[in-house]
Amino acid sequence: MTEDTSVKTLEKVVVRFSGDSGDGMQLVGNIFTNVSAGIGNQVSTFPDYPAEIRAPQGSLGGVSGFQVSVGTNVHTPGDACDVLVAMNPAALKQNCRYVKDGGVIIVDIDSFKEADLRKALFATDDPFTELGIRAQVLEVPVTALTKEALADSGLDNKSVLKCRNIFCLGLVCWLFDRPLESALHFLRKKFAKKPAIYEANAKVINAGYNYGHNIHASVSTYRIESEPARPGVYTDINGNTATAWGLIMASEKSGRPLFLGSYPITPATDILHELAKRKDVGVKAVQMEDEIAGVCSAIGASFAGNLAVTSTSGPGLALKSEGIGLAVIAELPLVVIDVQRGGPSTGLPTKTEQTDLMQALYGRNGESPVAVVAPATPTDCFTMAFEASRIAIEHMTPVILLTDAFIGNGSSAWRIPDSDEYPEIRPPYITPEHAAEISWRPYTRREDNKVRYWAIPGTPGLTHRLGGLEKDFTTGAISTDPVNHEKMVYTRREKIARIADDIPGLEIIGSGDADTLLLGWGGTYGHLRTAAHELCCEGVKVDFTHFRYINPLPANTAEVLRRYKRVIVAELNTGQFADYLQAQFPDVDIRRINKVQGQPFMVREVVDGVKAIINK
Amino acid sequence: MEQNNNAYTAADYKSDQPVRWCPGCGDHAILNSLHKAMATVGVPPHLTAVISGIGCSSRLPYYMNTYGFHTIHGRAAAIATGFKVANPQMTVWQISGDGDGLAIGGNHFIHAVRRNIDINMMLLNNKIYGLTKGQYSPTSARGFVSKSSPYGTVEDPFIPAELVFGARGNFFARTIDVELQISQEVLVAAARHKGASVVEILQNCVIYNNGIHNFITDREHRAERTIHLVHGEKMLFGKDKERGLVRDGFLLKAVEIGKDGYTIDDVLVHDARTPSNFLHQQLAMMDGTDLPLAIGVIRDVDSLTYNDEVERQVAEVKSSKGFDSLREMILAGETWEVK
Repeated sequence: MTEDTSVKTLEKVVVRFSGDSGDGMQLVGNIFTNVSAGIGNQVSTFPDYPAEIRAPQGSLGGVSGFQVSVGTNVHTPGDACDVLVAMNPAALKQNCRYVKDGGVIIVDIDSFKEADLRKALFATDDPFTELGIRAQVLEVPVTALTKEALADSGLDNKSVLKCRNIFCLGLVCWLFDRPLESALHFLRKKFAKKPAIYEANAKVINAGYNYGHNIHASVSTYRIESEPARPGVYTDINGNTATAWGLIMASEKSGRPLFLGSYPITPATDILHELAKRKDVGVKAVQMEDEIAGVCSAIGASFAGNLAVTSTSGPGLALKSEGIGLAVIAELPLVVIDVQRGGPSTGLPTKTEQTDLMQALYGRNGESPVAVVAPATPTDCFTMAFEASRIAIEHMTPVILLTDAFIGNGSSAWRIPDSDEYPEIRPPYITPEHAAEISWRPYTRREDNKVRYWAIPGTPGLTHRLGGLEKDFTTGAISTDPVNHEKMVYTRREKIARIADDIPGLEIIGSGDADTLLLGWGGTYGHLRTAAHELCCEGVKVDFTHFRYINPLPANTAEVLRRYKRVIVAELNTGQFADYLQAQFPDVDIRRINKVQGQPFMVREVVDGVKAIINK
Repeated sequence: MEQNNNAYTAADYKSDQPVRWCPGCGDHAILNSLHKAMATVGVPPHLTAVISGIGCSSRLPYYMNTYGFHTIHGRAAAIATGFKVANPQMTVWQISGDGDGLAIGGNHFIHAVRRNIDINMMLLNNKIYGLTKGQYSPTSARGFVSKSSPYGTVEDPFIPAELVFGARGNFFARTIDVELQISQEVLVAAARHKGASVVEILQNCVIYNNGIHNFITDREHRAERTIHLVHGEKMLFGKDKERGLVRDGFLLKAVEIGKDGYTIDDVLVHDARTPSNFLHQQLAMMDGTDLPLAIGVIRDVDSLTYNDEVERQVAEVKSSKGFDSLREMILAGETWEVK
């Protein structure tokens, strides 16, 4: 079929779908991702959508985008795209800057009428010249062709127009040689309850695909390499779902039932959605009346003996501060998930940032240390949610899991792990027999890791009282003794510090003998790793490491940092992790690369930033 | 009073901690009533949890030999909710004062009632902030003079019962700290009610608000100014039960039996279990002036509880489309294999 077509073979390609927030861009993006992952490509996605559910049609504020990179060595959704789909002039205006030189822009030319151009605030009637676009533009009458394909479908005009996105999907599938059967399979599932809509979409996707075939002389098609992945069963997963599933795995491995107390907040709500569905594996997810009730119900569930979790984003974490402090002094296991977004206040609800680090570390009254961990990628959310649960239970402490909008909404292919790939979690239970042996009181601790024992309510002989007032070190009764208080403060601190003995050390990616160490933490891993790789390709010698355990830091942190002449910390804030490291290691030369635009790094920005620091 | 035929006595529910409330505080009597009520109900101490917020009354868990949690200001109802959903075999008591429960914790209070979580909520109402040394509370009357309202308050108080009915509560009872028998009786009823049960306890703060309930509690007038409602019994009050409540159009009226043509047959019989809360509200709003303040169980209606429904749904979903493990659940979704 493609013998007389110009075919480019590429390691990876980046496609960006953009349109009105009601145009179904997230849906076609997701289907394209799934289809690509299904044929063995690595995938990385970046949904970039506005806070408004339906902004005025055709307006600049209502543009919704979905970028995906597919191929091999895919660690990020890509800085810029090879193909941009723009459903209207507003989408074109907002997204043309992301198109690579030599890329292709597909527009629905039927929605580029004078009125449409006015809505997107174009001054002339030639948007392409006005924007200075140099990419190849494919003007496709998407609306007309969709209408034509559905001429005798019997659907009303509104339903017909809703299929425009699927026409574009068909065209993109042709462009990248994706099998339509697989896309049809996802559509069939999506519209299982609306067979007429499925039939219409099936017709339209074929129309889009065939259109591509018929005009193939004017564009290149691409073959994308795929490399053999580790054998196993795979699924496409986004970070928020991975987080939810990691918690379920921890529940299985600890034998503690899973409880979520939550309140809807963007971009964390999908965790609540997923766990609410998971009554099929026994999860109890409770939507409480507010953020405070979310954390408090979880604290109650923890006292009652469950693996207790609350999920939120930055503003919600602020509201939960007092509750987390209660869990600190009561020494109860608690997992607090913060899917970070732009702040302060309501800030940029749908955009990504790493600006809650200081809040997570220090945002409570009193000396109130908690463990903090941060996943590196969408699929790593599974592992780190598991780790947060493990640390919370085995060390009887709140743990804050800092993900972000980028990895929470982004997705990639994930090999479903076997159950034995994750360790057993061993709650530090006290039994009535052991309690009698050691004259147990509620705050009796193990000597090695300072962890107090967990007495599960309902057990005869272990009745006890916890509370937010300071407790006597020995008896656990209320105590206002000054020296005892100081002892308890240092004990709680030491308990967190000793978690360092129970987490993996830092690993270096690179030759190990560079002068410069580039590092980051949390959701920036893909971009930073790719940047380090590109720097090496360009002959700039840089080692790379990434932090997933923030408090306590991995045990070898000091030793690793001191190996380098300079350490560059790249993060999506004004330098919070850099400050945190500098305070602990004043002798290390720490430099910074920062971005606070509500957007992930571009690999190019990091590469240029590192070069600028090294060459200064 | 009901006999205790259980294996436990009041002493089994007492902890060894010295009680730290002020001498003469109404909380002492309430604590004793609670110990006795628990023994009467007979749920073992290890299957009982007592959860409180912050305030004088919230110290109560330390004096119980049960599982207990003295938490943070206002949040006891939310914490108790999570506890009960997570571990439904436990009987949960939640203790708050008027500041803790109705000011800072007002949102959790109404939602716990609305949700009908099966917990027993004791609201100790002394119409003052005691632990912070005497500020007006959300139940203080308009014009009340306190350290934070030196010229009198310029706001109306909550009437706790009205809030409970507004939140569609299914159990409301009221008692007075000094009425030990009635306190025990309503606490036992609250414990046996399935769902959120609210017991308002009029309690005296001997230091900052001494005598606030005197109008009701004065021995001389108590019989005329209060009425002890008992399900299935006539609504009678007065020293010799010579007065009764009758219908007067849509309202209630207090009459003397044998006077103005009223006989004992005209006196209403208390039905705490009727689903309509119309009459229950009227009874609960009586304040001891024109009509006697109602004590006893005013409303006690069975309804679906939140925690039972969660258990039911989990069991139902698990049996119809459940999975034995996470892996099995994931494999049932969209996957592909790489060989």
